[in-house]
Amino acid sequence: MTGKTILEVRKLTATVSGVEILKGIDLTVHAGEVHAIMGPNGSGKSTLAKVLAGHPAYTVTGGEVLFEGSNLFELAPPERARAGLFLGFQYPIEVPGVSNSAFLRLAYNTVQGARGKDELDPLEFDDYIQDKLKLLEMDPAFLERSVNEGFSGGEKKRNEILQMAILEPKLAILDEADSGLDIDALRIVAGGVNELRSDNNALILVTHYQRLLNYIVPDFVHVMEAGRIIKTGGKDLALQLEDRGYDWVAEEYRAKAA
Amino acid sequence: MSSAALQNLVNQPYKHGFVTDIEADVTPKGLNEDTIRAISRKKEEPEWLLEFRLQAYRHWLTMTEPTWPNVKYPRIDFQDISYYSAPKPKKLASMDEVDPELIRTFEKLGVPLHEQKALAGVAVDVIFDSVSVATTYKARLAEVGVIFCSMSEAVRDHPELVRKYLGSVVPPADNFYAALNSAVFTDGSFCYIPKGVTCPMELSTYFRINTQDSGQFERTLIVAEEGSYVSYLEGCTAPKFDTNQLHAAVVELVTLDDAEIKYSTVQNWYAGDQNGVGGIYNFVTKRGLCKGVNSKISWTQVETGSAITWKYPSCVLLGDNSIGEFYSVALTNHHQQADTGTKMIHVGKNTRSTIISKGISAGVSNNSYRGLVKIGAKAQGARNFSQCDSMLIGDKCGANTFPYIQVNNSSATVEHEASTSKIGEDQLFYFAQRGVGADEAISMIINGFCKDVFTQLPMEFAVEATKLLGLKLEGSVG
Repeated sequence: MTGKTILEVRKLTATVSGVEILKGIDLTVHAGEVHAIMGPNGSGKSTLAKVLAGHPAYTVTGGEVLFEGSNLFELAPPERARAGLFLGFQYPIEVPGVSNSAFLRLAYNTVQGARGKDELDPLEFDDYIQDKLKLLEMDPAFLERSVNEGFSGGEKKRNEILQMAILEPKLAILDEADSGLDIDALRIVAGGVNELRSDNNALILVTHYQRLLNYIVPDFVHVMEAGRIIKTGGKDLALQLEDRGYDWVAEEYRAKAA
Repeated sequence: MSSAALQNLVNQPYKHGFVTDIEADVTPKGLNEDTIRAISRKKEEPEWLLEFRLQAYRHWLTMTEPTWPNVKYPRIDFQDISYYSAPKPKKLASMDEVDPELIRTFEKLGVPLHEQKALAGVAVDVIFDSVSVATTYKARLAEVGVIFCSMSEAVRDHPELVRKYLGSVVPPADNFYAALNSAVFTDGSFCYIPKGVTCPMELSTYFRINTQDSGQFERTLIVAEEGSYVSYLEGCTAPKFDTNQLHAAVVELVTLDDAEIKYSTVQNWYAGDQNGVGGIYNFVTKRGLCKGVNSKISWTQVETGSAITWKYPSCVLLGDNSIGEFYSVALTNHHQQADTGTKMIHVGKNTRSTIISKGISAGVSNNSYRGLVKIGAKAQGARNFSQCDSMLIGDKCGANTFPYIQVNNSSATVEHEASTSKIGEDQLFYFAQRGVGADEAISMIINGFCKDVFTQLPMEFAVEATKLLGLKLEGSVG
C-alpha cells in the first residue's frame, strides 16, 4: 500500500552561477518510503538536496516541486524547515561561540513551535533531549560545546541525525550521511535513522556507496548523471552499481535515448 | 535575501538623535589663553587649576596632531569649536531646580534624574554638554564615605584629593588630545572610595552632547583606596547633526593596595548617517594605574557609536601582583571607523593582564584592534593573555589587528591569539534549514562571538549592549 504523496518533483531545472546543474528531475516520494539517490561526483545529487532545501546560491529555472501538495518554492528556507523538510548536511557548518544546546533548543522551539507544540525552556529541553542523545550514543557533555566546532567527522554526522530526531521531519534528505564514518559510527547513525522512520515520514539518502544501504534499506534506488535521473530500480540496483560502477547505466541510457 | 537581512539588522536607526531645545550658555568659538581663563573663571576655580590648564595649553601648542591611527578624517579646526556649553540656569542646589526640559531629555534616554524613579542600585552623574547637571544618591553614598560628584564640585569641595591625583595617571603632556583636554576640560565625574569600602551601588555617568558646535571635554577621576571596590558604568549619546563633534575625554583610575575598579562603557555616540555625514569624533585617553600591590583594574567596553573611535583604555601595572583586564566589543557599520585596543604596561612582579577584543565590521566600515603589551625589566613572572577576534559582515568592510609586544624580562609569559571569521551564506543557510530566520541567526552568532565580553558587563549594561547590537539574548540566560 502506498502512503500519501509527500514530495513531487516535476521537470526541475536549476543553475548555480549561470551553469545548469539540474536538467529536468522527476521524482515522487510517498510516506513510508526510502529513496536512495546515487551517482558519480558532479552528477547533481547534492545540488538537488540543496535546491529542495532552498540554498541561496542556486537558482530554480524551471519545473515545479510540490511538498505535501503545496508549491515548495513559495516557502522561504526557514519555512520549508518548519513545514517538515530536513536536510542533513554533507559538511555540517561550524558556529563558534554558540553552544550546541542553545542552537538545538532554538531549532526545536522554532520548528516544533510552528506546529503548535509548547516551547521548552532550557531545563525542559535538557530533559527532552536525553533520550535522543542515547539513541545516537552521544555524551551529554557535547551539548555544551560550540555547534560542530572541533567535532570529529563522526560527531558532526551524529549531530545532524540528532537534529533530525528533535525536529521530526516529514521528509529528511540526508546528504552523504555516511561519508567519513568508521563502521561503528555508521552503525550508530544508521540505527538512529531507522529508529526515526515511520509510515508518516519519508527519507531520501544521497550517497556514493552501497554500504549505507546495507543498514538503511531503500525501496527505490535512483541513478543520477549529468543533472538527470537516468535509471530507477529497487534495492538490488545499488548492489549492481557496487559491482559494475556507473558507466553501464549511462551507456544504457544513451542507447535508449538515441 | 541573507544580505538584506544582515543590512536590516545592522542598520538599526539611531534612537537618541533628537536635540533638546534648551537655552545654553555657550562661549564663542575659538581657543586661546583667554578662553581658558574664561572657563576657569566661570567655574570659579582655584589658581592652581588655572595654572594646570595654562601649562597644558602651552604644551599643546607645541604638539602636532598624531596621524598614526588607521582612520581618515579632515583636519579639525580647533578654532571652530566652542569649548564651553552649559544649560541655563547652571547653578543647581537641588534636583527641583533642574530644567524640566532636561529631566524630560534624560527620561527619554532612559536615565531618570529623580531618585525615586532612578535605577535601583545605580547612582548616576549626568553630564550635559560641558557640565554635570545632576548626581543621584549622593547622600546614601556619603554615609559610607564614598564621594561621587561632578568634577567641578570635587574641585570646590575636595581640592586636596583632586590636586593629588589629577594628571597623575595621564599627565597633561601625555598626548595631543590629553593636553587639549587638560587645558579646556569643563566637567566630568569624580569618585573616591575610602579605605576598605565596597561601594554599595554601581556608579554611573551618563554623557550627552547637545550643542552642535561645542566639543565635549570631560574629565573623570576615580580613586580607590586600599582594599576598596567600585563598579563604574558610563553611557553616551548625542543628537544627529550633519557636522562632526569632537569628544576628547580623559579618564584616570587609581587603585591602591588590594583595591579594585571595574569600569564599563557602552558608547553609543551618534555615528553619522549611512553616507558617513556627521557623527562624533571620539578621541579619548583612558588609563588606569594599579598603584598598589594586589590591585586590579578591569575595563569593559562596548563601542557601537561615533563616526570615529580612537582610544586605548590601558593599565599600568605598577604594584606587584596587580591585574589588568580589557574586554572589548567594537562594532562598526556604514562609514564608521574604529582604531581601538589597549595597553598593558607590566612594571611590578607577577603582574597579570588579559585582553579579549571582539571587532565586528559591517557596511564599508573599518575596524582595527591596536594593542601594546609591554613587560618591563623588573616584571618578574609577568603574564599576559591576548585574544583578538574579528568578524566581518559582508565583503566591503575591513578588519585589522596591530599587536605590539615588548618583553624585557625573560621570565614573562605572553600569549596572543587572533582569528577572523565571517558570517557567511552557508552559516545562515544552516540556521535557515533548522527553521531559524536570518535575524535570529545573526543575533545568536554575534552573541556567541561577544559572549566572553558581555559576561563581564553588569546586568543592566549587558542587556543594553545586546539590544544595542540589535540582538536578543540567548534564551538560556540565568
